[in-house]
Formats: sequence, structure tokens, C-alpha cells
Amino acid sequence: MSNAMRLYEVWVYLQAEPLFWLTLTIGCYLFADFLYKSSGLFPLLNPVAISVALVSGCLIIFDVEYERYFNGAKFIHFLLGPATVALAIPIYLNWKVVSTERVAILATVFIGSLVAIAFTFGISYLLNIDLVTIKSLLPRNVTAPIAMGISELIGGIPSLTAIITIVTGVTGAALGTFVLDLVRIKNMSARGFAFGLTSHGIGTARAMSRDKTAGVFAAVAMGLSGVITALLLPLVFRLISDLL
Amino acid sequence: MLRAIFLIFVLQLAGEFLQKYFELTVPGPVIGLLLMLGLLLFLKPSHGSDSGFGQQVMSTANTLLQHLSLLFVPIGVGVVMHLQLLESQLAKVLGVIVVGTLLTLIFTALLFQWLRKRGADE
Repeated sequence: MSNAMRLYEVWVYLQAEPLFWLTLTIGCYLFADFLYKSSGLFPLLNPVAISVALVSGCLIIFDVEYERYFNGAKFIHFLLGPATVALAIPIYLNWKVVSTERVAILATVFIGSLVAIAFTFGISYLLNIDLVTIKSLLPRNVTAPIAMGISELIGGIPSLTAIITIVTGVTGAALGTFVLDLVRIKNMSARGFAFGLTSHGIGTARAMSRDKTAGVFAAVAMGLSGVITALLLPLVFRLISDLL
Repeated sequence: MLRAIFLIFVLQLAGEFLQKYFELTVPGPVIGLLLMLGLLLFLKPSHGSDSGFGQQVMSTANTLLQHLSLLFVPIGVGVVMHLQLLESQLAKVLGVIVVGTLLTLIFTALLFQWLRKRGADE
């Protein structure tokens, strides 16, 4: 048997195993994280976006199905749940700051979540997007599992919502810094809060990497807006569909 | 470390249980977050001083959160591989996402800053 054949056989064996995809994911992330850090946390070099591009590129080049990849990557994906629970710790450690701002926090979450829905609906309506897609778009500012649940409840397509939600997260994390600089918001708690409310976990990850206070407020905003949106959106949706 | 991981898993599991049992729209891990926060506020472990369980939980959580971005990579790859789901509406949907996200960011940051200042003045 030729050397190339032998290599091919080993590849066929390895690519069927979770270890290969797990290693590839961590490798791509470490490289993306290195780029992000050595650029001085430049927002356009968002580590989620870069790692996703690298891994997807590999999958497309080697013609690997997503299901096969996910069979390995699911071990990383699994940690998303425990990491969400762990977000309680930075919130707790900064409880003093959080509780002194509780009026501003609750009011902003409530109004901000409604305004986020209104923006999404308004722009979708203007662009003449079909109703099922609008339904899938509406919950896009909250963390993917909540967004998918809401989407299902109001008659959207949950997998479409997952895509939209992740793109929303990356968009906010990559471009948010520039627009907030543009409107001259320097306060780290306000910046972090906006990141968490608009771009859920991916925005929170960006805020956390940059500034501790921003990270805490992002985590608070993400958690609360998730809960508020889950409660409010089905009601708001009923109002909207009465109007249509 | 293992005990800390166990506590985090137990709380997530409790969250998932409550979500399923009461058919809540809030997902299990977020309920787990609230349970963890409640527990911490009740027990009040201090950071840095005690070397016990509270410290362990905090350092484990720190490790998990240090690379929060990594945890979004698998689902992000799924997004790229399933982009065809958006089909003809891709450009419009991207328009809604980009414009809507930036407007929401500006609005919430300004609102929060304004409310904070107002609160501080009173």
C-alpha cells in the first residue's frame, strides 16, 4: 500500500472520531484569541467570528458534514449551559454596584427589550420581509436557547432564529465598540449593559474581555433581558398580529 | 474543583427540571443562573478571604468564563453551514440584523446612562 493511501486511511479513521474536531475547534479558537489579543482587542477581529470562519473553512475544504463535526464539538457546546450558570458569580461579586443601580437596570431592561423588538419589527416591515421570517427575527437579541423557545411559541422557525441570533451577537460584538464611540458613551457600565442586552452571550464575552465592569453589566443585562423578553414577546406579538 | 462543577451542574439540572415541569419560556441554564445568584446572596461567601468551597466555586466559574467565546464556536459553525436556510432573504435579514442591532445598542446605552445620571442627581 502506498504512503498516501495509508495517510488517507488514517484520516478516514480520525475524522470519524470526536477528538479530531474537538482539537480543531480549540486550535482555531486559540489562534483567533491570539490574533484578538495581539491586536489590542480590536473588535473586528472578534474571536467567535474568526474561529467560526477558520473551522467552517476547514469543513468546506475537506467536505465534512456539520453533523460529523458537531459530534466532536458538542463537548464544547455542552459547556454553554454551565457557563451560563457561572455568570451568577461575577454578578454576585459586583452585587453592590448592581443593586445601587437597580432602578436604572430594571427600567432599561424593560424599555430596551421592547425597543429592540420594535426596531426589529419596524425594519423588517419596511423591508417587506415575509411573516414567518419576521417571527423568527423578533427574539434575536436574547441568548440563543431563549430566542429559539420564543420563536417556536410565536410560530417562527427555531433553527432560523438560532442563525439570526448568533449573527446578531457577532454583529454587536464586532461593531458595537465603533457606534458607541461615535455617540460618545464612555461609561463602561452603560456600554456593557448595551452589549449584553443587544448581543447576549457573544456581546457579554466581548465586554468581559475588555473591561470587568462592562462584563458584569453585560451579564446582568443578558440574564434579565432574556427573562423579560421571554415573558413579554409572546404578549407583544399578540398585539402586533392583531394590527396586521 | 470537582465539588464546584458538581454544584454548577446540580443548579443547571434544577433549572432544567423547573423549566420542563412548569413549561417555562425561560431556559434551564438561565434559571440555574438565578438559583446560583440566590444561593450566593444567601450564603455570602467572600472573595479572596476564605479558602473553602465558596472560593472553589468562584475560581471554577472564572475558568469557565475566561473563554466564553470558545463555547459559541460550534453553534457558530452550524450557522455558516446552514446559511442556505435564509435563501433569497439573506440581504434583507442581514440589513435588519445590522441596522437593528446598532440602533438598539445606541438606544440602550444612552437610556441606561441617562437613567443612571438621573438616579445619581436625586
